[in-house]
Amino acid sequence: MMMLIPRTETSTGWQIATPIMAVLATMITGGLLFAIMGYDPVAAIRTIFWDPLFGPAASYSRPQLLVKAGPLILIASGLAIGFRAGIWNIGAEGQYIIGGICGAAVALAAYPGEHWWLFPAMIAAGAFGGWAWAMIPAMLRNRFGASEILVSLMLVYVAQKVAAWMAFGPLKNPEGFGFPGSRNLQQYPSASNPELIAGTGAHWGVFAAALAVLATWVLMSRHIRGFHIRAAGLAPRAARFAGVRPETLVAFCLGLSGALAGLAGIFEAAGPAGQITDSFGSGYGFTAIIVAFLGRLNPVGILLAGLLLALTYIGGELAQLTMQLPAATVQVFQGMLLFFLLGFDLLTRFRITRGVPA
Amino acid sequence: MIDLTTLIPMLMAASTPILFAALGELIVERAGVLNLGVEGMMIVGALAGFATAVATGNPYLGFVAAAVAGAAVSMVFALLTQVLLANQVASGLALTMFGLGLAALFGKAYEGIKAPAMGPGPLGLNWIVWLGLASVPAIWWFLNRTRPGLILRGVGENHDAAHGLGHPVRRVRTGAIAFGGAMAGIGGAFISIAIVLQWTEGMTAGAGWIALAIVVFSNWTAPGVLAGAWLFGGVTVLQLRLQAAGVAVPVQLLSMAPYLATILVLVLISARQKFSRRAGLGAPGSLGQNFHALR
Amino acid sequence: MKRRQLLASAAALGAMSLAIPAFAQDEKLKVGFIYVGPVGDGGWTYQHDLGRQAIEAEYGDKIETTFIESVPEGADAERALTQLALAGNKLIFATSFGFMDAVVNVAAKFPDVKFEHATGYKRADNVATYDARFYEGRAVIGTIAGRMTKSNKIGYIGSFPIPEVIQGINSAYIHAKKVNPDVEMKVVWVYSWFDPAKEADAAAALIAEGVDVFMQHTDSTAPLAKAQEAGALGFGQASDMANFAPSPRISSIIDNWAPYYIKRVGAALDGSWKSEGTWAGIGDGEVVIGEITETVPAEVKAEAEALRDQIASGAYHPFTGPLKKADGSDWLAEGAVASDEELSGMNFFVEGITAQIPQ
Repeated sequence: MMMLIPRTETSTGWQIATPIMAVLATMITGGLLFAIMGYDPVAAIRTIFWDPLFGPAASYSRPQLLVKAGPLILIASGLAIGFRAGIWNIGAEGQYIIGGICGAAVALAAYPGEHWWLFPAMIAAGAFGGWAWAMIPAMLRNRFGASEILVSLMLVYVAQKVAAWMAFGPLKNPEGFGFPGSRNLQQYPSASNPELIAGTGAHWGVFAAALAVLATWVLMSRHIRGFHIRAAGLAPRAARFAGVRPETLVAFCLGLSGALAGLAGIFEAAGPAGQITDSFGSGYGFTAIIVAFLGRLNPVGILLAGLLLALTYIGGELAQLTMQLPAATVQVFQGMLLFFLLGFDLLTRFRITRGVPA
Repeated sequence: MIDLTTLIPMLMAASTPILFAALGELIVERAGVLNLGVEGMMIVGALAGFATAVATGNPYLGFVAAAVAGAAVSMVFALLTQVLLANQVASGLALTMFGLGLAALFGKAYEGIKAPAMGPGPLGLNWIVWLGLASVPAIWWFLNRTRPGLILRGVGENHDAAHGLGHPVRRVRTGAIAFGGAMAGIGGAFISIAIVLQWTEGMTAGAGWIALAIVVFSNWTAPGVLAGAWLFGGVTVLQLRLQAAGVAVPVQLLSMAPYLATILVLVLISARQKFSRRAGLGAPGSLGQNFHALR
Repeated sequence: MKRRQLLASAAALGAMSLAIPAFAQDEKLKVGFIYVGPVGDGGWTYQHDLGRQAIEAEYGDKIETTFIESVPEGADAERALTQLALAGNKLIFATSFGFMDAVVNVAAKFPDVKFEHATGYKRADNVATYDARFYEGRAVIGTIAGRMTKSNKIGYIGSFPIPEVIQGINSAYIHAKKVNPDVEMKVVWVYSWFDPAKEADAAAALIAEGVDVFMQHTDSTAPLAKAQEAGALGFGQASDMANFAPSPRISSIIDNWAPYYIKRVGAALDGSWKSEGTWAGIGDGEVVIGEITETVPAEVKAEAEALRDQIASGAYHPFTGPLKKADGSDWLAEGAVASDEELSGMNFFVEGITAQIPQ
């Protein structure tokens, strides 16, 4: 009989080996899927994993990896801190939307004036919007004991409706012939978040994501608050005796992850997306949860996981383009990749031994 | 202005898909598992049900197939969370993605075909609507009046204690997940077989996410799920009816209302639990946590 | 994007496309499409993909087509368009309004690639726009609806309150009223192009208000399924929806992009392509009235077909005065016809429609 024995220390060797095993397993099963569908499996897998990085048009798609991975990494870094402490913010999608709306609203209020302070003000408003939206579940948990998992999830739906309301109402472009959606901020120089170095895809949000990875790494490994967070996650009761106030932690973790999600929202609204529409929330907030777990709640892991996910998105598009692989096939393939990554993760936390149940 | 005798049957039919899915998720969450893959299981059920209804000419067999398919795809989630101890939130999200893709992939062959019509049952509503309604007291009875229901609640409330009493925590949860998948599958099939009569990609259009909200609104009780399904379905139906009657309604603001109501309910219940220490209310104690027996 | 960066990145991209001769050498004209939905949506995207298949059938070996489906609007659209351009596509069709800014941005970086954007209003030297005069078709089915209603209440399931949909509602109402002065129009907005469950509820809401014939500007067959159950009548939208004929689907309004796509690909092949805004209707075969079934009496069918032919020949414009706005103010004088500018920004109902346009 097989038995699982928890590892006392997570195994470094396995931490590196399991994602590779998971990707290989996905390639094998995905290859089978492609073959059954009548596509060349080797070409399909090369198109998805290799071509975005080293293919003929890679000088364009490599930077696009950053554009796609930036918001995922930015949001996931914040979420992971809460998850480490056992504080479950699954409403980052809502915080992302509200952050985008708040920042865009500042820009639209100032339109068409050109001010040096406008972009910084938008960033502040975006972070504030995300923070405030996340403080709702934080407050409700601290005051009334309401589950932050559920409140934050419910607030995603509310935020989506707010986005629709804004796109059709207060933020609607007055020169847009009645079509829903705000003015395009890419065409408003003071408010736009452009590619900073041509050909790299890197806009302010990408730098913010890199900074977030660094800052969360410092916080978690060098700062007393990081120690508290880890302690609270591992042994809540002991942490309380050690003087960690759970209310403070809840507010800190939710607020921080909300602010980062809000930042991702405004960088996206002012940059790649350009405007607030009724479909502004495009799932980054949910995908970031997966990224946080694939990255094992570790800043460096999150960086790699975000890039891997972005790779499958961009590679999937390329496979559609060059091989006419249906979008659905790509989606199934991504689903399998996630399953394998989540499943194989077991090996880092447990040892499998052969034994008899005690 | 609005005729209740037409509003209520309309509401009952409109809320059937979310009622089934939410009743299934209720059992799952009562067992302590949070499965965010409802949307994925619904769409798989919608396709499997449709395909079977077309192949056999019998819509009711379609619902059976949808239940089987929903349960089958939910086993991926069960394997991940119960055996491989992966995080439930991430696994559920992955399941939604996988299910949407899988259904779209196999659905290509069924585009542009029409399903066999379902005959109306009592009061002009088909039998599946009534089955959904009948499931509410049945699930209430199961949870509150039977021993397996008691064990299921125990597992969800405190898995360590349940394990200590000798209950098979993971087996109970796997069973609950399968049931949740089957119910979500039926709910999805209701959309393809009874509402649209055709298969189209992405046809569940977010119904699975509404089902998740309803379970919270219900305070994890079967009658609450019914009330929630009618509230969420009712707001949509009512705003459309008001529009048809020529009343200008702030659609977005109105459609936010049920979610705000859900938060309010959750807060009130949590507060009552916190301040008066009444047990047996609110979210299951072990919701979302994985269980690993150390002994 | 700031001008300097724009130039810098255009240069970078230009250098890049030179660096990949494998893609650029093809003698075939490569034609790319980006779709907002899946090709299997049975509606909007499906019809565009039929247009793509039509150009393949027409030009055979001379062209090669590629498409990317289910592309979200915004940053993803920009990337999909760029990748199509980098892959050597010289003519790219973007088939959703929401791709507008992405098309304009990408077109600026690829001056030698021709772009065609459906339903938008921004053009450039290498960006043409095209749209269909759906309101012409609405006039025909509005006539049928006005004749077929017994309750004198007809309904309209609107997607979003945008000019294209408002034109359709007005056109349908004007022509229903012409043949049936007692007709009333009920409007329901579902705020989605595709949400079967909600569309079914919208149909049910209209039926409960006494509507017995309705039109839809949403893509699923759910309203027709509901009509079938309730004994009401409806029309196919975007695609023919012939599965529901002869009743409840009594006719349909079909988006037929094939003639336009064939014409534009032909122009690109012989070098006569230039940027322009095309707004074609029944006469050009872009809006097609599907078969009018035997449920409709022969004289009504003949009347509808006569109207269709008059519109096709240009003898009649569906928005011909005298017409007033819903607020009672004058719009078009006797014999005057609406200009295209007025129509493309239409944000009011005509006199007689009591519903409000949500603001």
